[in-house]
Order: sequence, then structure tokens, then C-alpha cells
Amino acid sequence: MVKLDFKIGNLHFKNPVLAASGTFGYGSEFDDFIDVSRLGGIIVKGTTLEPREGNPYPRMAETPSGMLNAVGLQNKGIDYFVDNIYPHLQEYNTNVIVNINGSCIDDYVALAERINSLRRIPAIELNISCPNVKMGGMTFGINPASTREVTKAVRSVCKKKLIVKLSPNVTNIIDFARIVEEEGADSVSLINTLVGMSVDIKNMRPSLSTVTGGLSGPAIKPVALRMVWQVAKAVKIPVIGVGGITTADSAIEFFLAGASAIQVGTASFIDPQASLKILEGIENYLDSKGFSDIKDIIGYINRDL
Amino acid sequence: MAKRIESLKIINNQRLNKDLFILELSGKEKLPEMKPGQFAEIKVEDSPETFLRRPFSIHDVNYGENTFKLLIQIAGKGTEALSLLKTGNILNIIYPLGNSFNLPDEKKKVLLVGGGCGVAPLLFLGKQLKANGFNPDILLGFRNSERVIEYDEYLKIGRVFLTTEDGSRGEKGFVTDHTALSSTEYDKVYCCGPELMMRAVGAYCRGKDIECEVSLENLMGCGIGVCLCCVVETVRGNLCTCTEGPVFNINDLKW
Ligand SMILES: Cc1cc2nc3c(=O)[nH]c(=O)nc-3n(C[C@H](O)[C@H](O)[C@H](O)COP(=O)(O)OP(=O)(O)OC[C@H]3O[C@@H](n4cnc5c(N)ncnc54)[C@H](O)[C@@H]3O)c2cc1C
Ligand SMILES: Cc1cc2nc3c(=O)[nH]c(=O)nc-3n(C[C@H](O)[C@H](O)[C@H](O)COP(=O)(O)O)c2cc1C
Ligand code: FES
Repeated sequence: MVKLDFKIGNLHFKNPVLAASGTFGYGSEFDDFIDVSRLGGIIVKGTTLEPREGNPYPRMAETPSGMLNAVGLQNKGIDYFVDNIYPHLQEYNTNVIVNINGSCIDDYVALAERINSLRRIPAIELNISCPNVKMGGMTFGINPASTREVTKAVRSVCKKKLIVKLSPNVTNIIDFARIVEEEGADSVSLINTLVGMSVDIKNMRPSLSTVTGGLSGPAIKPVALRMVWQVAKAVKIPVIGVGGITTADSAIEFFLAGASAIQVGTASFIDPQASLKILEGIENYLDSKGFSDIKDIIGYINRDL
Repeated sequence: MAKRIESLKIINNQRLNKDLFILELSGKEKLPEMKPGQFAEIKVEDSPETFLRRPFSIHDVNYGENTFKLLIQIAGKGTEALSLLKTGNILNIIYPLGNSFNLPDEKKKVLLVGGGCGVAPLLFLGKQLKANGFNPDILLGFRNSERVIEYDEYLKIGRVFLTTEDGSRGEKGFVTDHTALSSTEYDKVYCCGPELMMRAVGAYCRGKDIECEVSLENLMGCGIGVCLCCVVETVRGNLCTCTEGPVFNINDLKW
């Protein structure tokens, strides 16, 4: 048996394959296809204080090896989540993490406080990198001062493990990773989507109602991998890699580059079993290479550099 | 009904005309129960630009033979690649997805309205209605006589009315112009086709206070209710067409 578990502080994950926020609903959408409890964790849909209707349709455009989305954090708000969704989430025997989003620091703080009282949620993922909302979201994550401010404010109230999700839409992501580490984040996840756009030449207008949107899928994998490699060398807290992972091979690249865990995002749209296939593939790879613990390959490529 | 992901064998790829073809698929295991209006998400293999799955309505089901059909219009690169598939090829498919048309509870006079490839879910619906004791009328609109498909199949279900835009077969004009609409009083209309047509039929039904269900074809990222890309504005807020639809009562839509 290969050892696959990892920890964020004292929080134990049975394996390092997590489902990425906004691409896995609340888990139940996948019950027909996989045993969700086999995953190391699931990060549920981006949640806000108040209900949000999101952006107008069209919100999606397919691009070569990827897609643009401009969903804009459509969700029913934290109260609905606590009353109607949280009770069902407790049935999963895995770490369920809530991805929180605000338009101001007070929103983030209020959300973190609400989640403190949810016994079965061991961590929050602070999303300061959503490119699809006018207020808040990525505006926090692309400015060093506000990244520091929001992380500090949430850390001061948050009793759960705090993962900060970084935006790739910055010049030097290392600076941002260091800031959130200094402010007490327990882990960083990266990357959120890259800002991009697409034009519908048939109708001669932007493909998305918001003109620009967030690019995800294999198209962004080389960028995500490069950033994970840079950040993993720069910080001591565990780095969670996300961006374009569709196969075990692509996941393994992230571990070799320094990620302690990975998230599967858009891949679940095309194959709802992708996350478990990736988990199985990682195990097989370690086995075939003669490793008994995934920790032995984390950052492996740095040995010769 | 549980959703499935399966690899199914193509047992026939029948070309109907320049743009339309029918893929007939056979189940390895016993087919799940499918309802008219539900759809399948198909993975297009060997088409690198086609990253996401493609949604298609269930066109016809033969539980006896354990087979079902998809009626597909060539609209772009994904459907083009699917049109080239041969008997024996394997398709990866997630199905059955979405809600379904609601059969009327009493003996109502029912009309099915379809246009272009939007006729896809109506054959299955028509057969189901007939099996449940209804005598639906069917009104189909096509561009011209060469585009008319499966006329004989619909004749087995009920009266069939045709319109073509150039008048080369049936009445000239759009479906909403057809005399059948004024000569018969319908209690319920089911409609699937281009959005402009569905809006026109919806407006007609609303004006006459006829119950009307339409099947929407919004762009879909996942088909299983997680990406929230397929939403339509309804009186209950933005709803996913892949889980709360694709079939909607027009009174729920902000049309
Ligand atoms: C629930 C549902 C059921 C459907 N049922 C059928 C069916 O039974 N038969 C059938 O032929 N088609 C059906 N469609 C439409 C079909 O999914 C699209 O035509 C197909 O995805 C186009 O793929 P493509 O790669 O060939 O086109 P692309 O190269 O991706 O695009 C070519 C053109 O097709 C348009 N297009 C792309 N996706 C859609 C879409 N989802 N709806 C409408 N236009 C689109 C694009 O705007 C573009 O102009 C259905 C769609 C939905 C959402
Ligand atoms: C439709 C969609 C919705 C998303 N919603 C969220 C969200 O609510 N919160 C968040 O932090 N990231 C969200 N993301 C970003 C993903 O979690 C992930 O960071 C990104 O898609 C890159 O990974 P991928 O290429 O594996 O998809 C969303 C992505 C997509 C495609
Ligand atoms: S297509 Fe993804 S939610 Fe409907």
C-alpha cells in the first residue's frame, strides 16, 4: 500500500486529490458516478453572504483545450447553505471545505465566523481570485496590500484551517504567496482561472455576456504548473495545485513540481469520474516507480536544479 | 433515475440529408428508463478542439432491442466529427439527463410543434403520448421539401401538418402561420426548435391561454448541474437548463 495522506497543520487528508470549487457542486451531483467519500476532500461551490444570481447568459465559451466561464458566483448564500446543504454534506466521509467570497472584507469575516460554528467543516478556502465579479473577488487577490488585509482580517476570526486561493492574474505570484503565509494562512491553493476572452464571429459580438471570463482546463496547465513550482519553493505551508489537471500524469507533474495536493476542476465536467481515476493513477505511478509514500516525490524535480 | 456514464456501440449511422443524421446506439447492459425531453452528453473523441461534451436529445428508444437513437444536425466541428462515425465505433455518453415533458393528465387535445433539428425529442414524445391514449397532432416546419424528415414516422402517431419556408411542401411560411392552429382548439402544445420559433409559438400559446412546454438548447458545460453555465432566467431566478430543464413551461420563462 502506497501512503497518500497529507496534512495541513493537524488537519489530516486521506489522500491528496480534492475536487475544485465551482466544478463539483455540493458533491451530491456526483453520487451517481463515484463514491465521493473516496476523495481526499471536496471544496464546495463558491459561497457568499447574500444569495447571488450570477451574470447573464451566455456564461461560457469553449476554447481550444479549455473553456471560459463567467458564472459570477451564482449561489443561494450562506444561510441557505447552512440550513439546506450542510446537513447533507455531513454524510460524506471526507473533508468538506467551503470556498468563501466577498465584495468587502466584512463579508469575508462574517462568512468565516458563520463557518466557525459548522463542526463538520474543517477548513475554508478564501477565494480572493474570482475574476467574474465586479466587486471584491479578484480585486483583493491582485493587490498585495488588500491581499494582506483580507487574509489578516479573516485569520483573526477563523478557527478553521485557512487556505487562500491565489489569482494567476498577477506579475509575481510569489509575493502574494509570501504575504498570505506571513498573515497566517495554513495553505495556499493555486491557480484560479486566467482572465481571457472569446469573440463569436458569426454574431459579431463577445461570446460571454461579461466580455471577459476565466479560462480553465488543460490550456492553463503549463501556467499553473509554473506558478505552483515557484510558490512551493518560496513558502513553507503546503501548496495545493490546481489548473488543467485531467489525468493522473498531469497531477503527478504538480507533485513533482512541489504541490502537496491537487484539485481537479473542469475535468469533472467532461468525465465525472476523473477525480477518482486520477487518484488511482497516482497510486499506480508511485507503485510502479517504487515509492511507498507520495511525500517522497513532492518537489522531486528540484533535486537536480 | 440514476445517471450513467457508459461506452455504447454505434450500430447504425444513417444520413438523412446534407445536414442531418441519426446515430443508433446499443446498450451493453439493459438501458435505463428514458423519458421524452431528456438528453445525453456525448464525448467527441479525436476532435481536439471539441473539449466539452455535446448535448443531444433522446430521439427514439426501443427497449425491446435495447437500442436508442439520436437525431443530430451538423452545426460545427463536434457534430461534424460525430457524422463521420461508423457502425461498431464506441461513443462515451452520460445519460439520461434533465427533466422531461409532462404528459397531460386528462384527455386533452395535444399539438407537437417542431422545426429543423428541433424535432429530435418530439418523435419519442409523440410515441409516448400515443401509447398513453392521446391522439396528438404534429406540426413540423422545415426550410424546404428536401429538409423534411421522418414524415412517415410521425404519420404513425397522428395527423401531420407541414410548413416550408418556400412553400415547396405543405403550407408556405412558418409554423405559427399554419391553418391547423386556427382550425383546431388545442389544450396543450409541446415545442422544440430554434429559439425564435419557440418564442413565437410561446407567444401564440400565451395569447390563447394554451399550456405550452418548450425544450431549450442552452450552451452546456457539464450537463449535470455543476458548472451553472446553462442558466435561463425564470420567474424563480436563474435555473440550470440541464437539471431543472431542458423542458420548461413558458409561464416560468421570462419570455
Ligand atoms: C438539451 C439539448 C438538447 C439538444 N438536442 C439536440 C438534438 O437532438 N440534435 C441536435 O442536432 N442538436 C441538439 N442540441 C444542440 C447541439 O448540442 C449543438 O448543435 C452541438 O453541441 C453543436 O456542437 P458542434 O461542436 O458541432 O458545434 P460548435 O462547433 O461547438 O458550434 C457551432 C455552432 O453551433 C452552435 N452551438 C453550439 N452548441 C450549441 C448548443 N448547445 N445549442 C445550440 N447551438 C449550439 C454554436 O453557437 C455555433 O454557432 C441540443 C442542445 C441541448 C442543450
Ligand atoms: C464554471 C467554473 C466555476 C468556478 N467557480 C469557482 C468558485 O466558485 N470559486 C473558486 O475559488 N474557483 C472557482 N472556479 C475555479 C476552479 O476552482 C479552478 O481554480 C480553475 O477552474 C482551474 O482549474 P481547472 O483547470 O482544473 O478547472 C471555477 C471554475 C469553473 C470552470
Ligand atoms: S451545463 Fe453545467 S450546470 Fe448545466
